[in-house]
Amino acid sequence: MTIDGSRTEVRAVDARALWQEEFDKAKKRGVEFTSLSGAPLAPLYGPEDARTDFENDLGYPGSFPYTRGVHPTMYRSRLWTMRQFAGFGSARQTNERFKFLLAHGQTGLSTAFDFPTLMGYDSDHAHSLGEVGQVGVAISSLADMEVLMDGIPMAEVSTSMTINGPAPILLAFYIACGERQGVDPKLLRGTVQNDILKEYQAQHAWLVPAEPALRMITDVMGYCAKRVPQWNTISISGYHIREAGSTAAQELAFTLANGMEYVRRGKAAGLDVDEFAPRLSFFFDSHLDFFEEIAKFRAARRIWARKMRDTFGAKDPRSWMVRFHTQTAGVSLTAQQPENNIVRTAFEALAAVLGGTQSLHTNSMDETLSLPTEKAVKIALRTQQIIAEEIEVAHVIDPLGGSYYVEALTNRLEAEAERYFAEIERRGGVVAATEQGYIQKEIHRSAVAYTAAVERASKKVVGVNCYVEDEKGPTIELHKIDPAVEREQHERLAALRKKRDGAKVKRALGDIRDACKSSDNLLERFVAAAHADCTLGEIADVLRAEFGHYKEPKIL
Amino acid sequence: MQMTSRKIRVLVGKPGLDGHDRGAKTVASALRDHGMEVIYTGLHQTPEAIAEIAAQEDVDVVGLSILSGAHMALFPRVRAELEKRGMGHVLLTGGGIIPMDDMATLESAGYAKLFGPGTPTEAIAKWIQGEMEKRWQAEGAQ
Repeated sequence: MTIDGSRTEVRAVDARALWQEEFDKAKKRGVEFTSLSGAPLAPLYGPEDARTDFENDLGYPGSFPYTRGVHPTMYRSRLWTMRQFAGFGSARQTNERFKFLLAHGQTGLSTAFDFPTLMGYDSDHAHSLGEVGQVGVAISSLADMEVLMDGIPMAEVSTSMTINGPAPILLAFYIACGERQGVDPKLLRGTVQNDILKEYQAQHAWLVPAEPALRMITDVMGYCAKRVPQWNTISISGYHIREAGSTAAQELAFTLANGMEYVRRGKAAGLDVDEFAPRLSFFFDSHLDFFEEIAKFRAARRIWARKMRDTFGAKDPRSWMVRFHTQTAGVSLTAQQPENNIVRTAFEALAAVLGGTQSLHTNSMDETLSLPTEKAVKIALRTQQIIAEEIEVAHVIDPLGGSYYVEALTNRLEAEAERYFAEIERRGGVVAATEQGYIQKEIHRSAVAYTAAVERASKKVVGVNCYVEDEKGPTIELHKIDPAVEREQHERLAALRKKRDGAKVKRALGDIRDACKSSDNLLERFVAAAHADCTLGEIADVLRAEFGHYKEPKIL
Repeated sequence: MQMTSRKIRVLVGKPGLDGHDRGAKTVASALRDHGMEVIYTGLHQTPEAIAEIAAQEDVDVVGLSILSGAHMALFPRVRAELEKRGMGHVLLTGGGIIPMDDMATLESAGYAKLFGPGTPTEAIAKWIQGEMEKRWQAEGAQ
């Protein structure tokens, strides 16, 4: 500030008062001026609302606290990875979709599994009836994984696998599959979601209770640090928390609280924080409130950097960084006038890019009706390509940094997250808070509040509570899963069980049982079991027998 | 309109391995707000377990929430299990991610009305109330 800074300030205050007077007098639209999360919004933000210390709160991209991005060059060096989540039907069908996506310029794979796989049941288990291949691909064994990755160079492509309870088992199938392709595990790149805490809180595909589940996660961290060093061992996910109905602040807070719990567990298991923390990655939702989402991504980076350096004593800057994948908000899509979903997704994708995401999935317009068709997926991928290539937004790093509004939102979200961290701490930590149903109740409360806001039309949804059209039936073509997939999976499993060496299977499962009772690394045993052609369900049955079932707390 | 003499008893069920419970819980809360007695089964229930709870609790309505694509397998199984337990009279309804032609197939096979994404909870509550009024009036007339 110059020598007459004080006078400038006086004039600024006068000008603001003048504006406020004009503003107060004017007629306003009769709507609630709140964020999508329901937070009140000022009509204007100024320097007084966005008190930010440039050096400590923002800094430069690629340096602490990474508010402006994790890389010094961001998208000038490399665009984000365009990674469409895909999986349906049989391993053969998903393998074809993977090749289709790679041929159209996608740069990484992302695998969706069906519910039986997500819950650790083979396709021929009684609980799997009607679910095989429906919401993702059915993978019951190494043989299925080999079909899934057939003809895909595993040393070159990075693969993300959205699986949690049985994540270590599917990762074992992937590692074994690479070995059969002749690929050294050291060359494998990818991510396994492996975030069990948010399963108990929001997504609900679990295998065993929290303590043994957390032990398996530290087993994965320990094994990969030494043997699969390029693998992201957990993708700490806010996506499902948000989709289950949370606000942006809750998504941020619960995700990072879960992340901190994994760090504590890793340290408690005797691992050096800088050995595993650089391989932790994150996964966020990008919802419809454009600025709130951008602020959320920025706040996530800043909070995590501070916690990792100052609370957990990490020394390696890679341990401080939030590298994250983003998916546009599935819940924001409407079954009504589904083509409008292309537009919603484009805005959400843009927020993710302006928020500095490392990879991105854009939803397809038809996903409130069924799994996406090839055409819908292609439009979704093209949406990212238009953002990357046509609209010139990827040239400038953190382009909204310094916006009074975005900085104020970033600060507010950080403060809200801190309040949740304190409450979780008061409840005895994130595992206790989850077992008490506290986090689930918080999410449910927000979900109900949002539904109520839509129903009284204080939150508008085009085609649902405004600009409604009379629609007779689906206006777009839908993708349906052939029920024959389930039968074929049964046949494949029967054939596998017949041809494999039964004694080897028994021994491998016995080794897993022993490892459950000791502190031996379970992932190592799972890889051996994969090579012996043990199925997912057989391995998971051992874990369920040894560790028990998870029981969800009643919140309703 | 004549008010119903007793509370409508509803079981909100999550059959199969599907973990998406936002819709089920939101609808359950909304039906409670509309004066119904609502029991929520929790996640990952077999059709047998749902029918068992429905019989034990002597509910009037069973609402299934299915976002897993398994609706064509699960609705008929829940119906069959209800019938086995003498609960064939129950008003069976539901919703989720269900393509419209599947909805039409299920509805024409007698699985009551199904509700898709974006349906106001108010509309579900009003529909259940209307159906129960009709049933109780018919029973009263007998």
